Amino acid sequence: MPERMRHVPLDMEKAKRPEAEIHIIKDQCKGCGFCIKFCPQKVLEESQEINARGVHPPKIVDESKCVICGFCTAVCPDFAIFVVEKLSKEEIKK
Amino acid sequence: MVQETVHPLSKYLREAMIPHIWCTGCGNGVILNCFVQAVDELEMDLDKLVVVSGIGCIGRAAGYTNADSFHTTHGRSLAFATGAKLANPELNVVVISGDGDLFAIGGNHFIHAARRNIGVKVICANNFNYGMTGGQQGPTTPLEASTTTTPYGNIEHPFNLVHLAAASGATYVARWTTLHVRRLTQSIKRMLQKEGFCFIEVISPCPEIFGRRNKMRTGLEMMDWFKRASVVENFSDPSKAEISTEKLIVGEFVNTEKVSYEKFLHEKISQINEKRVGW
Amino acid sequence: MSKKGVLLTGAHFMNGDIACAEGAIVAGCRFFAGYPITPATEIAEHLSERMPEIGRIYIQMEDEIASIAAVIGASYAGLKAMTATSGPGFSLMQENIGLAIMTETPCVIVDIMRGGPSTGQPTMPGQQDVMQARWGSHGDYEIIALAPSSVQEMFDLTIDAFNLAETYRVPTLLLADEIVAHMWEKIVIPTAEKIRIVNRKKPNVSPEEYLPFMPDDLVPPMACFGEGYRFHATGLTHDEHGYPKTSSSEVQERLVKRLCEKIRRNEDKIMRVEEVMLDDADVVVVAYGIVARAALSAVRKAREMGIKAGLLRLITLWPFPQNHVAKIAGSAKRIIVPEMNCGQLVREVERAAKETSVVFLSKLGEEPHTPMEILEAIRRNS
Repeated sequence: MPERMRHVPLDMEKAKRPEAEIHIIKDQCKGCGFCIKFCPQKVLEESQEINARGVHPPKIVDESKCVICGFCTAVCPDFAIFVVEKLSKEEIKK
Repeated sequence: MVQETVHPLSKYLREAMIPHIWCTGCGNGVILNCFVQAVDELEMDLDKLVVVSGIGCIGRAAGYTNADSFHTTHGRSLAFATGAKLANPELNVVVISGDGDLFAIGGNHFIHAARRNIGVKVICANNFNYGMTGGQQGPTTPLEASTTTTPYGNIEHPFNLVHLAAASGATYVARWTTLHVRRLTQSIKRMLQKEGFCFIEVISPCPEIFGRRNKMRTGLEMMDWFKRASVVENFSDPSKAEISTEKLIVGEFVNTEKVSYEKFLHEKISQINEKRVGW
Repeated sequence: MSKKGVLLTGAHFMNGDIACAEGAIVAGCRFFAGYPITPATEIAEHLSERMPEIGRIYIQMEDEIASIAAVIGASYAGLKAMTATSGPGFSLMQENIGLAIMTETPCVIVDIMRGGPSTGQPTMPGQQDVMQARWGSHGDYEIIALAPSSVQEMFDLTIDAFNLAETYRVPTLLLADEIVAHMWEKIVIPTAEKIRIVNRKKPNVSPEEYLPFMPDDLVPPMACFGEGYRFHATGLTHDEHGYPKTSSSEVQERLVKRLCEKIRRNEDKIMRVEEVMLDDADVVVVAYGIVARAALSAVRKAREMGIKAGLLRLITLWPFPQNHVAKIAGSAKRIIVPEMNCGQLVREVERAAKETSVVFLSKLGEEPHTPMEILEAIRRNS
């Protein structure tokens, strides 16, 4: 690892890692598995439940690992999953 | 996690026609997703957007888009779109169709639309076969591939669509796969902002009909091929943009400027009328 | 000829193709797409000059299939649109004529008939596309076809064709023969107030309430691209929303029957014939196009000779003027049908004439029937 990357950023305390809010519209899923397979953070896995179309929709393994890259949103052929940034309580109030 | 909610792109889809007819693992939905994402990011006026398609699985994309849309006869989407765009140049006319529709039965319209440089934007889903009719050989089927009409392996050389588009005069030519969702979306955005004839080929998995006869039984396996074999070679020679098991060259190949047909025509009309006296 | 303005009111000497082109301009045609073919090429040539000078669109497409498809696209984008061709090109258009019928696209298709089949006799007249006009596309439908007999009618009927297309949202055919198209004659272009122009019915509801294929008196009001209605149209069997319903027999029946009914129930308004000396006629000639002119001459000569002859000239070929033929069949003893084909419209005449005997006079090739040939037939059958 290069030397400069060992340093902690000066504004580290102020910086806040955005939290993800993953929405899965289960019954819209056709079970292609694209979102599960190509998630760079491996946030999703196949669930055991069977949806209205008779397939196993994805379930979230660990939402905190999600970096909101949005790949799952873009690669889903069925508009069945999307991810947004979770708003903090203060932001919701606003 | 919130389970049931409304997808942010659903306003671009015709609710009554969703869910779409496409199979599990099919890439057409990904293409539709990237297209409406591009429309969203550009904040395009849906009232001025016309989506035209021909016949085939992807042909249903027109009906799924919540804009003016027209589902033409097989192969004629570009000729129809030419008429619509010329008649009202303010419209953003996008053709979303398949390789068979655009390059077999509609091949002549494609080269002439590109030559004329009509300001129509084309997204072609290339799934290497005729999916809707059950998986017959088509103009993009790779050599030796097995289809329902090439049970002994395909002996016809396929078209290289980006080479064909570039040679025919398209001002924007790109190829992506359905795995390149970001680049595809960016590419669609770029194309939608251009003036002349533009073309994007999207290599799309067709596991149920094509893949399972060619050792790729699922959409995931086909997407794995895209991941393994894709090489981005922007502005490389489109004639060398091969598609093979080992190598799949993607990227933007052409991005030039040329006066569109409709602009030329309307300029001509004003010139003629300026010269005339007593009009 | 003056090259200014839309309406060239006054007397002119022109050929049928040019008269047709001028008729289209007057009717409000703002988009022409075509492909060169003898004997219809002059329509395209003339419009390539005339359309741009009045701010309208002319485009030469890569073939006739593209031409009709572009016409349908332009019509849906809000412009009155036309294409012109001859038999071989008309054959290529048939699939998309079906699309125009299914999507209820107002448009005009001019077919200048030459001798067929295949390349046949490109510069010679024929009336061989009469049945192709009626049945050329697949599936069940009704269509309108008009048959001009003179250069004046090439002008007048082209306007009528646009008006009918716009009224009923149906592709309307101008079915002319090569002679009428290439013949030079005097025509009179009237003043604007004497010309009736019909435009398609537009929706008077909001986009949220608009159903693109919900008929109002059998014909649905038509929104066009870019007007904010965001509708879908398809060649697939569709419901009132325009959405595909390919496995519903109910929707198929409702749609296809309406597409036929909107023409059938308005037949009386659509059909036009010219009746000459029919009241007491024993022998009636039923003819159309250039042949009707020879027939008129023959009928007059027959009257001079004391034979009670009459002429029923069909201006509308489709829908077929069945009742007019049935009426003469009730009073006349014989019906003579001269056609420049091997027997096409005569079958419809026979069907309508029931018991009355029908004599068919066929002629193919370079020349239409002469008045003497028709007169001879009248004499033989009187």
